[in-house]
Amino acid sequence: MNNRREFLKVAATGAVVLGTTNQFGLAAIADKKDAHAEAGKSRVVVARDAALHGAGGALDEKRVQGLLDRAIAHYTGRDNPVEAWKSLVPVGKVIGLKTNGLGGRGICTHAALVMAVAERLQQAGVKPGEIIVWDRNRRDLEVCGLTISTDPGKIRCYGSDVSGFEDQAEQWGTAKIRLSKILTRDCDMVIGLPILKDHSGAGVTFAMKNMYGVVDRPFDLHAGGCNPAVADLNCIPVIRNKVRFTIGDAMSSVYDGGPGFKPERLWQPNALIVGEDRVAVDQTAWQMIERKRAEVGMGTLEAVGRGPRYIATAADSAHQLGVNDPARIHLMEV
Amino acid sequence: MRNGVERTLATVAISLGIAVAGTGCKKAAVNPFPATGSVAGWEKTGDTRTFAAKDLYQYIDGGAEEYVAAGVVTTSTADYKYQGMLEATADVYTMGEAAGAAKMFTKDQAGDGKSVAIGDAGVSRAQSVVFRKGPYLVRIVAYQSAPNAADALQTLAHAVEGKL
Repeated sequence: MNNRREFLKVAATGAVVLGTTNQFGLAAIADKKDAHAEAGKSRVVVARDAALHGAGGALDEKRVQGLLDRAIAHYTGRDNPVEAWKSLVPVGKVIGLKTNGLGGRGICTHAALVMAVAERLQQAGVKPGEIIVWDRNRRDLEVCGLTISTDPGKIRCYGSDVSGFEDQAEQWGTAKIRLSKILTRDCDMVIGLPILKDHSGAGVTFAMKNMYGVVDRPFDLHAGGCNPAVADLNCIPVIRNKVRFTIGDAMSSVYDGGPGFKPERLWQPNALIVGEDRVAVDQTAWQMIERKRAEVGMGTLEAVGRGPRYIATAADSAHQLGVNDPARIHLMEV
Repeated sequence: MRNGVERTLATVAISLGIAVAGTGCKKAAVNPFPATGSVAGWEKTGDTRTFAAKDLYQYIDGGAEEYVAAGVVTTSTADYKYQGMLEATADVYTMGEAAGAAKMFTKDQAGDGKSVAIGDAGVSRAQSVVFRKGPYLVRIVAYQSAPNAADALQTLAHAVEGKL
């Protein structure tokens, strides 16, 4: 497939659908004997490709599919990409891909990743019309290079500005919000595709913070470095239950000055961070940013008053969203 | 009849009062964005979008908090393209006071930029220019790196400054 347009054309016809149906969903992973896994630990895969960005800094989009396949293969313990994806997603359900385009063109989920995921979903038996790429609004999607489409026979791509929000507010702890109808009504399962960024308030924005893009008033959740609001928000049942997997985009990132685009703070980790445990994923992503900050001589986020404390909150006994203790994270760097 | 005229005049006066209040009773809102063709090589590629302080989160999410704390009144943004290739975005933050612009300008300094004579103070980097002028803070960023990007951004920044 030579370009996005060709991909979307093929995807719309369903011509890339190769796989057969699968009824197990994510549970199937747990049943698989995985030589890499350690009992009782949350698995996180960090897959890297040092050649992902060329000399001019441009992303080599053709390498993204390979990077994704490697990440998913190690996560699932299945070498065949289609079989790996069959173990991740249920068939006959609508799968949402929640991107993050808030930072604008310079620092948003890469369209190449979205399309790589969408292609494998179809090969695993998900129909084009059962895939929804979504974010807050049209602008956030278009800056990623995505095209708005609400045709139910094709891969759909639209924002909460189209779907609207539920009238009824949901509350968990400090988070009292109205949820996007894309999450509550249109999707059965959501895969988060956040982009790794430093954040002026929260410290780090990645898997859990990406959920600020599914509510009507995210600004109301920023007090206290977004702690405990990020953890509270992710405890709202529909978020906890439907957002079940993260394929985090750390191909490009900003290690300071985020969440907006700061070209002088841009760097290319050339990585994907993958996992079911959103807390473990965020813990891993945070450490990636800290290593970069140390490399360039910057203080830790905690030292500059922006430690992402919501990550520990999310792991505490009140929230139990996952684990943040490195000893309880089985990190696979491939 | 006379009462009717008085009521009409009173209504007009109130309407004018509201209109003036809406502009802050200071001066007409400026349009800081150069039109296509007014700066050599630069094309304005999209509509100007303006956010009131309470809506700034829609544009920069958590980044809005510190601008609000510094007294931002409105934020306007527009996209540009240089010579059909280099894409950029210009953000103009209108603060309540010059001190607010100075505060955010200082916060934006990272010590690795080059001072440039734009507005009251300015900094240029390979893919960005930031300057302040009175209550305005302007940030222009390019999305690609190019040998001539810094110079081109400064040219656009000077044009924006001239309209503030």
